[in-house]
This record gives sequence, C-alpha cells and structure tokens, in this order.
Amino acid sequence: MDLPIYLDNNATTPMDPRVLEAMLPYFTTKFGNAASRNHPFGWVAEEAVDYAREQVAKLIGATEKEIIFTSGATESDNLAIKGVFEMYKDKGNHIITTVTEHKAVLDACKHVEKMGGRVTYLPVKEDGLIDLDLLEQSMSSDTILVSVMYGNNEIGVIQPIKEIAAIAHKHGALFMTDAVQAVGKIPVNVITDGIDLLALSAHKIYGPKGVGALYVRRKGPRVKVTAQMDGGGHERGMRSGTLNVPGIVGLGKACELCMQEMESEAKRLSALRDKLQSSLLELEESYVNGNTEHRLPHVANISFKYVEGEGLMMAMKDLAVSSGSACTSASLEPSYVLKSLGLSDDLAHSSIRFGLGRFTTEEEVDYAIEVTKKSVRHLRELSPLWEMFKEGIDLDKIEWAEH
Amino acid sequence: MAYSDKVIDHYTNPRNVGTLDKSSHKVGTGLVGAPECGDVMRLQIQVDDNNMITDAKFKTFGCGSAIASSSLATEWLKGKSIDDAMKIDNMDIVEELALPPVKIHCSVLAEDAIKAAINDYRVKNGMTAIESEKVHH
Repeated sequence: MDLPIYLDNNATTPMDPRVLEAMLPYFTTKFGNAASRNHPFGWVAEEAVDYAREQVAKLIGATEKEIIFTSGATESDNLAIKGVFEMYKDKGNHIITTVTEHKAVLDACKHVEKMGGRVTYLPVKEDGLIDLDLLEQSMSSDTILVSVMYGNNEIGVIQPIKEIAAIAHKHGALFMTDAVQAVGKIPVNVITDGIDLLALSAHKIYGPKGVGALYVRRKGPRVKVTAQMDGGGHERGMRSGTLNVPGIVGLGKACELCMQEMESEAKRLSALRDKLQSSLLELEESYVNGNTEHRLPHVANISFKYVEGEGLMMAMKDLAVSSGSACTSASLEPSYVLKSLGLSDDLAHSSIRFGLGRFTTEEEVDYAIEVTKKSVRHLRELSPLWEMFKEGIDLDKIEWAEH
Repeated sequence: MAYSDKVIDHYTNPRNVGTLDKSSHKVGTGLVGAPECGDVMRLQIQVDDNNMITDAKFKTFGCGSAIASSSLATEWLKGKSIDDAMKIDNMDIVEELALPPVKIHCSVLAEDAIKAAINDYRVKNGMTAIESEKVHH
C-alpha cells in the first residue's frame, strides 16, 4: 500500500491507464485537425471524434449528434445556462436553480441576473434534497429553465431528477442538470430522466482534465443554445474552437469503461463506503451530512464534532481528503453546501469528505478508518470544546467573542 | 499550502496540553475565539506569589497553525513575569512559526488568549485588567 492514500475522487480522479493508452496516438502520429476535411490526417481525427461522440452518447442514453464537446463541465454549465437564456429570452427571463449547485452554475446564474434575468435559488431540506412542492410553486409562465444538479459534489445526495424534469416540462420550461458527479457512477439516461441539457466532465470519470461535454436535446423538444464563443462554428455552431482530439478520445474511452464497469464498481464502492462510514460513526458525536438513501455510491461526508476540519486533515496527513472547514477555502467561509443543510458553522467546520474511487482498495479504506479514528481522538484530547462537552457544559450558552 | 517545520513540530508534539484548576486564585484562564469561526483557544497560567508564571497549559479547537500558536505561547509563558508576558506580540509568533498571511489570525488569537489569561489572574487577585489598545497587524 502506497502512502498517501487518495480519497478525494470528487475533486478529480486519476486517469485510467486504458484511457491514456487510447489517447496517446492522437498526440503524435494521429495529430490531425478534426475540421480538416481535405486529407487523411483530418479524416482520422474526425473519425476518432465521431467514435468518442458515440461512446459518450451511449453512456447517457443520447444520440451522438446531441453531444457538444467542451473544455470541461464549467464551460458546459456556462454554455447551457447563458446559452439558453440568450436563445429563449423572448419567451421568458426566469431561471430556477438550487443553493447547493456547483459555483459554475451559481455564477453563470449570477451573470444571467446581470443580463436582466430573474433567478430563483431554491433552498434544500436538511438532507440536501429539494422540496418538489416548492419547485412547483416557484414555476411561472416566464420560467425558461430549471437547473438542478444530479449528484452533489460535497455530500453526494442525488436529487429526484425525473420528478424535477416533469415539473419543469409541465410548465413549459427546459430542464438542465449538472451531472458531473453522477455520470459514470450511477445510471443516467436523458430519455427516461427527461433531461434537456446535461453537463459532464472527463476528469471525474478517470479521463483527462480539460475536456467535457454538454448534451443538448435534439428531439422533443429540439433545444438550442446561443454560442458563448465566436469562431469557426464547430460543434454545430454551438462551440467554436479546434477540437481537443486526444482529450475527446480519452473522454470517450472513459465513458465506455464506465458503461462496462459502473454496475460492479458501484456495488464494490458502496460496500467500502458503508464500511468506512459505519466504522467512523462508532466515534461519539460524529454525523453523516446529507441524505444517505439517495446518495452516490462512493461518497461519505462526515462531521466530527468538537474537532476542526483542517486541523484534522493535518493529523490525517497520509490521507488526501477534503473538508468544509473555512480554513481550507480561499473565502474563509465554511462550505455553503453544508450551511444550506442548516448545519451550524461549527459542524460545517468539522466536516470531512471521503470520496472513494475505482482504484481505492479495501486495505486503503481500513487504513483510512484507523488513521481517522486515531486523529479524531487525538484532536479531541486537544480540544477545549470536547472537554466542555464532556463536563456537560452547553456550548450554545457561552457568549463567544466572534472575531 | 505547506506548513513550516516548526508548525508541524508543535502540531505533532504539542507542548503543555492540559487543564489547570480554573477555580484556583493562582490560575488565570483565557478562553477566546468562537466555534462558528473555526477556532477556540483556552490558555491557562499558574502564577506564584511573585507574579511569575510557573506553569501554562492549553487546549485548542482549530487548524494546525492555531494549535501550534497556542503550544508555542505556553512555552514562552513559562518562567516569565505576568508583566513581561503581557508584552508578547502576535507578530513574534508569526515570525517564530513562519505563519503565512492567511494564518496571522491564529497568532492574534494566541495573543488575545495570553492577555485574557493574565487579566483573569489580575482581576482574581485584586488588580485591574489591562486594556489592550494595540491595533493588530
């Protein structure tokens, strides 16, 4: 077993060697521009891109013409939200999203507000799921788009996508989902789920960084987005720029592997995750954040009360995990996702996200359990709050000097 | 962000972790910070009849730099008079531990904890609390 152990697979995943192998020829011998229609170099590249398009489409139940390649999910989110707003603004200017979305969605929505749009940010319940009744009530005749993420990156909860899509459609709006964390991990199908636009990324599914895709529905209804970049009119005019052929080949291969292995992988990972979670919950005053029933198979977000997340991660130096603690973010604010569940700031500060992946072994999980338990106990010995809790002092009754 | 060797040393082998009897009139206790802000420090000093600090203990809820700052503070407090201890400046801690700018607040908290502990002792023993007029760096 090599140290440190990587348990941050929601941030990024290592590339599968089979993906790398598929990509390599497209850096050197098969280097052509997929838009070069007049010689074999271009044809080879175009063929590879078309094949990848099929591989991606298959994984999400789409057709290849509905896949637009981008530089990653941030670009896909931006293209979907701003692109739909610009394309459909004569129809209405209202977009509905949730407070727990990824920043790429939230900030694209903020941009839309500056362009004259109106955005509703739905709160979530304390388990991280949205309230469908509230969504229904928020719909209006000028709502053009509902954008709700499939699986959350911090807590892993899976939103009721089918129901959300149905509500959006009932009111004549499009439904978009940022499915970066869900695609390749659980079955996602744009037809049965009723998805009109979907953002995905290669590097979360054992593919390369810097490449992603946006699914744009072509039938029932035919969805259009306004391009956000001017240029050669690639990708059916929706996304200009020379195609990143090796990256796209990698994304395609990554999707194919997920298609083949997702089911067994999900079973294996959820068993390991459950083992990790139940072992860590043996620690007093530890809590799982978010719904545990509707959750991605490889994620567990746990708060260890009276211990601060960054301090804890320092003790667990052989584990690569992440925390909702303010100290780990540039803004010095604890995670907005955890806070939106109604978690108090101190519990948000005490959270650790464990993200398992394709290459995580049981031996690594056992080691992670041991190190985490040891570290939590060690830091509680250092924690004045733990001592006060043990003495029965109500910490909420103390007047803390905020700084 | 990498931690300095001194922060790692104090974090891994914290000096003077523990609790003194806060009801004793020879013990001054400073509890600063807030759980919502992600750091709480409790620093305690044991003072003899000549106003010399004979022992110091801490417990801290916070990041590695907060733990290291309070551990270092207890080391510096031992053997100092309460008047000299009052002069410990947060920037001395920053320098000693090579704290990066985003962690300066940890040293500020340690200085606040020192002053709060000394003032607690002073008030307990019939002296007035010393107001700190200093503007933190």
